[in-house]
Amino acid sequence: MLSMTRTLFVALLITAQATIVLAAAPPIKIGALFAVTGPASFLGEPERNTAQMVVDEINQSGGIKGRMLLLITYDTQGDATRAVQAATRLIKEDKVVAIIGPSTTGDTMAIIPLVEKSQIPLISCAAGIKITEPVKPWVFKTAQNDSLAVAKIYEHLVKRKITKISILTVSDSFGSSGREQLKNQAAKYGIQILSDDTYGPKDTDMTPQLTKIRTNQSQALICWGTNPGPALIARNAKQLGLKLPLYMSHGVSSKKFIDLAGDAAEGIILPSGRVLVADILPNSDKQKKSLLSYVKDYQKHYKAEGDHFGGHAWDAVMLLKSAISKSGENPASIRGQLEKTKNFYGIGGIFNYSPADHSGLGKDAFVLVEVKGKDWKLVP
Amino acid sequence: MMNVLVFVGINTILAVALNLLLGYAGQISLGHAAFFGLGAYISGVLTVTYGLNSWISMFIAATATGILAFILGFPILKLKGHYLAMATLGFGIIVYIVFNETVALTGGPSGLSGIPNLGIASLTFDSDIKNYYLVWLFALISIFLSLNLADSRIGRALRAIHDSEVAARGMGVNVRLLKVQIFALSALLSAVAGSLYAHTMTFISPASFGFNFSVELVTMVIIGGLGSIYGSFLGAALLTLLPEILRAFQDYDIIVYGLLLILMTMFMPGGLVRGVPGILLSLRPARKQGREY
Amino acid sequence: MNLSQQVIQYILSGLTTGSIYSLIGLGFAIIFNSTGIINFAQGEFVMLGGMLTFFFITVVKLPLLVAILFAILISTLVGVTFERLAIRPLRKATPLNLVIITIGASILIRGLAMMIWGKDTHSLPMFSGNDPIFVSGATILPQHLWILGITLLVIIINKLYFYHSISGKAMRACSYNRSAASLVGIDVKRMVFFSFAISSAMGSVAGIIAAPLTMTSYDVGIMLGLKGFCAAIIGGMSSGMGTVLGGILLGVLESLGAGLISSGYKDAIAFIILLLILFIRPQGIFRKAETERV
Repeated sequence: MLSMTRTLFVALLITAQATIVLAAAPPIKIGALFAVTGPASFLGEPERNTAQMVVDEINQSGGIKGRMLLLITYDTQGDATRAVQAATRLIKEDKVVAIIGPSTTGDTMAIIPLVEKSQIPLISCAAGIKITEPVKPWVFKTAQNDSLAVAKIYEHLVKRKITKISILTVSDSFGSSGREQLKNQAAKYGIQILSDDTYGPKDTDMTPQLTKIRTNQSQALICWGTNPGPALIARNAKQLGLKLPLYMSHGVSSKKFIDLAGDAAEGIILPSGRVLVADILPNSDKQKKSLLSYVKDYQKHYKAEGDHFGGHAWDAVMLLKSAISKSGENPASIRGQLEKTKNFYGIGGIFNYSPADHSGLGKDAFVLVEVKGKDWKLVP
Repeated sequence: MMNVLVFVGINTILAVALNLLLGYAGQISLGHAAFFGLGAYISGVLTVTYGLNSWISMFIAATATGILAFILGFPILKLKGHYLAMATLGFGIIVYIVFNETVALTGGPSGLSGIPNLGIASLTFDSDIKNYYLVWLFALISIFLSLNLADSRIGRALRAIHDSEVAARGMGVNVRLLKVQIFALSALLSAVAGSLYAHTMTFISPASFGFNFSVELVTMVIIGGLGSIYGSFLGAALLTLLPEILRAFQDYDIIVYGLLLILMTMFMPGGLVRGVPGILLSLRPARKQGREY
Repeated sequence: MNLSQQVIQYILSGLTTGSIYSLIGLGFAIIFNSTGIINFAQGEFVMLGGMLTFFFITVVKLPLLVAILFAILISTLVGVTFERLAIRPLRKATPLNLVIITIGASILIRGLAMMIWGKDTHSLPMFSGNDPIFVSGATILPQHLWILGITLLVIIINKLYFYHSISGKAMRACSYNRSAASLVGIDVKRMVFFSFAISSAMGSVAGIIAAPLTMTSYDVGIMLGLKGFCAAIIGGMSSGMGTVLGGILLGVLESLGAGLISSGYKDAIAFIILLLILFIRPQGIFRKAETERV
């Protein structure tokens, strides 16, 4: 029932916004593609909600130089075919000036040829490293590269003098991207991967994989997945009495994970964007202002915690807003302006785009957090 | 709109291909997305990783998939009814897992990008309108082929199998070989559709070739009308355009979709080809009586 | 931990997942035997069981046992409503149309669940305790015992019903020959109704006992439904021990495959073995050859 009222609320907002729009100059159209339903809805739903919320707020405070924004959102269901169809529609029929999203790396890769050819700037909310490497002129992204998250974990392992690990990754695009990075960077940190296992996104029992890991000489286990898989792994590990330190990915950096895993979550360490620990950041932190306002707004609108993934959409809309207000609504000038973005304090980190770097974030985009007493604590 | 019509064309080829098996030979397959995927992936991997010409890759993809289906056909088509459904479903899932797990070759779950477009001499099929003509050329060829096949000796033999295998065998039809041949042809056509998909989309990922898509294909054929080639086109068109239409329902299109499936089966059990004329006739009872045939 | 202890752990894990598959598979088989329908919506009752229990515990704040009873009751109601509204009025009930209509129903039920409860995953409390129990080097949770026990109980009740009650015997008669059954005065339509009631109840029980371990969300039914279908096929669509053994075999194979061979290919391994079984013994491994020769 809750989500129905929520939809009604959003619908009301849209109509309200439409009436404002009617009175003023024609709105600037922005396209959005998110996997609102389907297996990747854990990304798409907060992203869609956040994007709509931010756009509404921009409009309520007078739009961009008096011009309203109109956000046109389509659901890709995490399916490449639908993503391409929807992107075509946004570009050819709705005639948007820029697109934010899609939520997944697969959807993004699928529409890149189209946006490159149509010369429409795209700010993807997906994390895959190949989206911006090699750099494509019209494609930017806000989600932190998986390689940064992996580096953060490996540095911590080195500090703890752990050299032998096992990895357990989910067999979807999130997990396989993490798995690739875990394997690629291991040698650089002098880490040896003793067992490399996967599990299916809908699997209900991971004890076989964990039983196998229990028998090797691993000193730590890194698990790469999104809810609910990692919560199951945490519980299964507890059942088996697995004593290894357990590391997870930013894929589970939300309170939901602690709810699902219960006691088994205690002591788990994971890299996360700062949004998770916004309230305990030192006041000197330059992102803190953006983070706190985002968390508060999201709570107000959707009665849920603003999370890491919604943050990608927040960054995308705000980056676009600042580019449009500086350079106007021509796709080419938006693109040029995005590329000049410097020291933008977002949710995901501090963005610095350049012609050679369209992902814009450094290693400091992640902090390590640990679950203690059913809450997140910063790991020094 | 052109873009959607390209997909209608690809799905038409798939529905026509599956209809040969399902509608004419009466053999169910819940794993046809696998043949579609094999076509797409063989084409994709050969062009991207091995730099082969797109047309040659397409040819290899179609033949290889056809041969695989031919070999597989002998044990699989020995099964009947729900056992056949299970076996084809299992085959589909195995192929799907292989797409996901052979990361070095297929790129795994994150997909394979940079697949080149098809082209003839200086003409490259790189826009929706060009792809539209390309895909529909193939779609029309497969429709033409199937219509001819349906009216040929083979077509009659197939329908005989559909009605009674024993009787067909009694009339001297080599039932087993014929079923396997039609299975292979159906797989081959699906693989061609897969190649076209890969070369027009230029990106593929395993998610497009899973169990859900197999079910969607069966739905296209049945909603359109079993055993009718034009029905397959209608079914493919309806199911491809439906998401565009249902977009107004936002997140809840899945509910409308499910409801439509139930209602269509209840009130149009023969599919669109038979259902729509039936409804039109029943709306105009007076004229129906007035006419004499 | 030595190899034999590992294998014991794999088998124990496989046994519990397998029992869940068995219960779902039995639901498939019961409907199939009395109607000839493969009910692709079976997995959705598993989802309904878990989600309804969650709903009654957290939103309505009922005690666990009451919540479970309500969940089973409502799932059963959904099952029989589906039979009344969609299956019974069907004019042209070809097997393929029936497949499509059950697929439609499964999409619809899943969509409604998504609309009502949202897309989040939820966890249910364990029935009793969370402390692992050690069994010769391997560990299981009290919930595993609950799963094994309740599955066993359901199977026994199932057996008693089909062999020692009038309506159970009538349903068996329907499964052998529907027209003959109707000739001796059995109300076949009523039996179809019963079969939907029993199998949706059974599906929801599977969902309820599994949810504390595996968690639940609006879309858990798809995969579990497929696995249950496999279990029923391996068991030769029997509504008795065949399907139970089929489910357990599937669960154990998956678990051994993941532990000993390759976790990425574990489902593929299970399905390859399944295909081989079908090729060698098309009538299912636990069933004697039947007379369908044509």
